[in-house]
Amino acid sequence: MSILVGAQTKVICQGLTGRQGTFHTEQCLAYGTKVVAGVTPGRGGEHHLELPVFDTVAQARAATGATVSMIYVPAPYAADAILEAADAGIELVVCITEGVPVLDMVRVKAVLADTDCRLIGPNCPGIITPGACKIGIMPGAIHRPGRVGIVSRSGTLTYEAVSQTTLKGLGQSTCVGIGGDPVRGMNFVDCLMLFEADDRTDGIIMVGEIGGADEEAAAEFIAEYVSKPVVAYIAGVTAPPGKRMGHAGAIIAGGKGTAADKYAALERAGVRTVRSLADLGETMVKALG
Amino acid sequence: MNLHEYQSKALFAEYGIPVPRGTIAATPAEARRAAETLGGKLWVVKAQVHAGGRGKAGGVKLARSVAEVERHAQAMLGQRLVTHQSGAEGLPINKVYVETGSAIARELYLSLAIDRTAERVAIIASAAGGMDIEQVAHTTPEKILTTTVHPAAGLQDYQARKLGFGLGLGKQQRAELRDILRKLVKLLHDCDASLVEINPLIVTDDGAVVALDAKINVEDNALFRQPKLAALRDVAQEDDKERRAREHDLSYVSLDGNIACLVNGAGLAMATMDLIKLHGGEPANFLDVGGGATAERVEEAFNIILTNRQVKAILVNIFGGIVRCDLIAEGVIAAVKKADVRVPVVVRLEGTNVEKGRELLAQSGLAIVAAVGLTDAASKAVALAGAHQ
Repeated sequence: MSILVGAQTKVICQGLTGRQGTFHTEQCLAYGTKVVAGVTPGRGGEHHLELPVFDTVAQARAATGATVSMIYVPAPYAADAILEAADAGIELVVCITEGVPVLDMVRVKAVLADTDCRLIGPNCPGIITPGACKIGIMPGAIHRPGRVGIVSRSGTLTYEAVSQTTLKGLGQSTCVGIGGDPVRGMNFVDCLMLFEADDRTDGIIMVGEIGGADEEAAAEFIAEYVSKPVVAYIAGVTAPPGKRMGHAGAIIAGGKGTAADKYAALERAGVRTVRSLADLGETMVKALG
Repeated sequence: MNLHEYQSKALFAEYGIPVPRGTIAATPAEARRAAETLGGKLWVVKAQVHAGGRGKAGGVKLARSVAEVERHAQAMLGQRLVTHQSGAEGLPINKVYVETGSAIARELYLSLAIDRTAERVAIIASAAGGMDIEQVAHTTPEKILTTTVHPAAGLQDYQARKLGFGLGLGKQQRAELRDILRKLVKLLHDCDASLVEINPLIVTDDGAVVALDAKINVEDNALFRQPKLAALRDVAQEDDKERRAREHDLSYVSLDGNIACLVNGAGLAMATMDLIKLHGGEPANFLDVGGGATAERVEEAFNIILTNRQVKAILVNIFGGIVRCDLIAEGVIAAVKKADVRVPVVVRLEGTNVEKGRELLAQSGLAIVAAVGLTDAASKAVALAGAHQ
């Protein structure tokens, strides 16, 4: 099982011929991911990394039957690339690109609401089902197939959680880096729902950050629907209130968003929280008995 | 990126949003001439700094003669203004904005921002304008009105009407508010603003709705397509170290402690600060060198860190993802040599080729302490900073 991606998943790469796209697609191929084609407008008919290149996502999908797209196109074109993938019937879009303007993402989310397409990111490390399928920029070698589902807003913190669960011999079912941008694709709740339903996942590690109200939403969901043990860490306890010009962001958050608020909400939901990042793996070992 | 009030008001004027007449001045003589040209009997002299709370801090002064305008400008220019948002050092007042005085009947609050939960542009309004709106939101949340703008449909008239009634405005003023809101939504989209705030939005004695203040924040990620706005950047208002970091694609925030952090990834950088605190230390900064952590970036990061004389120890915490740890170790060693680091450096590396990386650090002959694991790294850094006092 695992969630969203597995050994049979066929992947295309938008932005394959660029520097980032080339480097990371090579890494994904080396890991065993079935990357089957690339898309670069104007380069259709060429081959790159021995993969066929198409002008449009629709052509690439029709020719290969791919269901997932991995996006490395530069930030100014990322929103367009996501929407092209969704329009072509891609089921899961993984957008690695960082620096996408937030108003572009507001537009993207409004369009995606009318489709069945799922989005991970932008500004994220991607998704990996260890031993089967790596889509993104995470170091494959630190992962081991196993029992823990990991969902995180931060790239390097995902790697910490992965590394600890590998060292403790638990391994991971699937790891999803959802990215830290204010408006993004899949959120904690979406991933928790999938992990709860997944046979291979015995426990869930959730790594959050200050800002926004997504961890609070996750806490409510966990209290209601999640039976598996959840271990959580929130980064940013010591982060000072930002130097800001205006107050509107704080008002929208309605008093939510500090690490203390998030920890309190998660603890009320029965989540095992850790104050030190170093304790994630050990706490999961105990939680799984 | 923040815009000054005078820059924001120039944009408002461009979009037809009513603002008082005003002129920017860099010297007391210019301020006087500005007042003379504007005419009238009442002026306001406003310090142009990137921080709210200027009024309470003495950065907004009324003047009843051109001589008084000049005196206020004289007193402000060249000084630093400390407000509750500026930090203890305050911000330099290099320019003042001289405006014609307004006859204020009512003070309202109005802002537009991105609501990350609704994933839309939100409009926030309150009849309790001119005050600390965060305080209002906290103590009397019922006085805050909000609505969100559908990305495709845009702002609807009923939304503006609802806000207008909620603010207790009359028919004519409701129409003016609707007009202002439409223009603000357009401005926010055109300018990639992440925040547009008017506090206060006033109703004048003769019933006109006017933006008495203006704050605009342009989203950094969108500056590539906003060259005209990017050119308005005022580096004098920015922290030197933070600016230098940005120019090297590093993300740096100054803090008050004595243990500097150099980390790859924003989340891990925050977690590293948390660990330092958890082990009894105080972080001197947040510093994210980005996913790459190249030798050049690491070196520049050391240079920036070392300009802070409070620093008694440096904690380097790098999770080498795709970049191998031995390469990162080489970069750290080269940087420590080149930057002439005189405080202890604790390095925690994790990831591919970690053993080789640790070996290189141990053999470097430099004052580098190789740590094994996060807890070890944090406790060593805290101990060394204490010993180095």
